[in-house]
Amino acid sequence: MVELRGVHKSFGALEVLRGIDLTVRAGEVTVLLGPSGSGKSTLLRAINHLEKVDRGFVRVDGELIGYRRAGRKLHELPERRILAQRSRIGFVFQNFNLFPHLTVLENVTEAPVSAQGRDRAEVRAAGLALLDRVGLTDFAGQYPRRLSGGQQQRVAIARALALRPALLLFDEPTSALDPELVGEVLDVMRDLARSGTTMVVVTHEIGFAREAADTVVFLDEGRIVEQGPPAQVLDDPREARTRAFLSAVLH
Amino acid sequence: MSELTAAPRTGGDAPAHDPPDADLTIVPSRHPWRRVATAVVAVLAAMAVNALVTNPAWDWPTVGQYLFAPSIVRAVLLTLQLTVLGIVVGFLLGTVLAVMRLSANPLLRSVSWTYIWIFRSVPLILQLLFWYNLALLYRSISFGIPFGPAFFEIGTMDLVSPLTAAVLGLALHQAAYAAEVVRSGFLGVDQGQLEAAAALGIPQWRRFRRIQLPQAMRTIVPTAANELIGLVKGTSVVYIMALSELFYQVQVIYTRTGRVIPMLLVAAVWYLVLTTVLSIGQFYVERYYAKGALRTLPPTPLQRLRATIGGLRARVAS
Ligand SMILES: Nc1ncnc2c1ncn2[C@@H]1O[C@H](COP(=O)(O)OP(=O)(O)O)[C@@H](O)[C@H]1O
Ligand SMILES: [Mg+2]
Repeated sequence: MVELRGVHKSFGALEVLRGIDLTVRAGEVTVLLGPSGSGKSTLLRAINHLEKVDRGFVRVDGELIGYRRAGRKLHELPERRILAQRSRIGFVFQNFNLFPHLTVLENVTEAPVSAQGRDRAEVRAAGLALLDRVGLTDFAGQYPRRLSGGQQQRVAIARALALRPALLLFDEPTSALDPELVGEVLDVMRDLARSGTTMVVVTHEIGFAREAADTVVFLDEGRIVEQGPPAQVLDDPREARTRAFLSAVLH
Repeated sequence: MSELTAAPRTGGDAPAHDPPDADLTIVPSRHPWRRVATAVVAVLAAMAVNALVTNPAWDWPTVGQYLFAPSIVRAVLLTLQLTVLGIVVGFLLGTVLAVMRLSANPLLRSVSWTYIWIFRSVPLILQLLFWYNLALLYRSISFGIPFGPAFFEIGTMDLVSPLTAAVLGLALHQAAYAAEVVRSGFLGVDQGQLEAAAALGIPQWRRFRRIQLPQAMRTIVPTAANELIGLVKGTSVVYIMALSELFYQVQVIYTRTGRVIPMLLVAAVWYLVLTTVLSIGQFYVERYYAKGALRTLPPTPLQRLRATIGGLRARVAS
């Protein structure tokens, strides 16, 4: 489903990703763990080409993201094609990034209409159904700033789902929330995981990882240090760095 | 405090002279200095009005006589026309310049920068005279393939009438300022907004129109209104081109009649009216773009008036 091969990325002299190989199978939930600055966000953003990689490639559903291969060369795709690829990959941000001047429903329906050219009435009905799924039907006509953080993040998830994505990426979706609001967002994510959505989630919620993840990947200094089922990586880590990180997060 | 806590929480069996906590009345604090300041300002304002009305040198009857004179009304319309053309063309070009200046292309960036540099540096009056005298620089203007053959040619004098020269001068000068106003608006939009739009695959033009621009407008509108009001009055420099806009026209009249002060008052009244209308417009445009940015919109003056009247009625009734 998602395949990263030899992905390198530098910002100036700083090498943030140093050769990432990762495979995510369809219907599986992968949780990315790692200390701050280890390159988790960059990795996630490389998957939908928000960040261009310097070397290596990303494939989603067998399709190269951002490039077209001709012989031994990768040619960057025109913007339109990249946007089309992105619209099949949902992205949920740490700070929600809802559009403040659009209502909740407009936030959800904007991209399916303008990026996918779908019928307005159909998208509207689908949008309302999605808002119902995240428990926010009553807020459809409100502006996002009137909602709590947890509600805003649930809108952001509905907005990502509205594109009927093959893959959902979450970058620390609960890190900006007050502790009592984390649960409602994780509930929605657990629900998605159960329904067989392919997800890559960056989070520090170890409980969520243990419960919902099929694979836990531990990243440090731009390399994958360790990966495996949650029971192994979280409860019986092989690497000292993983152990050190987990004991810091859990205490 | 002890009194309050001693009072029963539910009003059920409380004695009549001791209302339950929920019924306590709020008395706003008094502001004695505010009253003193109000009185002082009121007296000063009365003195100013008195000085304006009672001194015959202001010659209000003449003001009234000329305020709606056909030549003055025509001049006001020309002033309006110059303003509207200047601001519309200025902001269209300014937006293009701002987008160029924010683009990744170094050539576009430097062209925009140079334009803004030149047109902000040279005084408007000088620019206007350049356009007015364009025919001295280039006798004719030809349209065709750049550096190639020309399809047709027009004498500069015919193409650039004094009105065109004035609009051109005002708009090109305005564009340099407008570019910076628009650019500051775009810089104010959170980077995450663009990122989210890109992640959703929204096409570039739509991203600009639907996501960036409406949010940028929040910062653009107040400054743009400032520019617009500046331009209403700025059109008065066009008098040097002998275009009969408002300021030129009152000068024509007072050199003929010798009634300088009342004619200047006529112009002042009209400029005041124009800017007042624009300020009211600004209020509503700002309110429109505040959608979603504020948790609750401030009331419009009409709503406020109604609320005040309602409040007074309630007070009279009780
Ligand atoms: N656009 C950028 N320009 C320069 N440095 C960046 C940029 N984005 C991220 N970085 C740097 O890359 C490193 C990894 O960042 P990130 O992927 O956000 O880490 P994480 O999400 O794991 O905390 C950090 O040191 C960060 O400062
Ligand atoms: Mg991060």
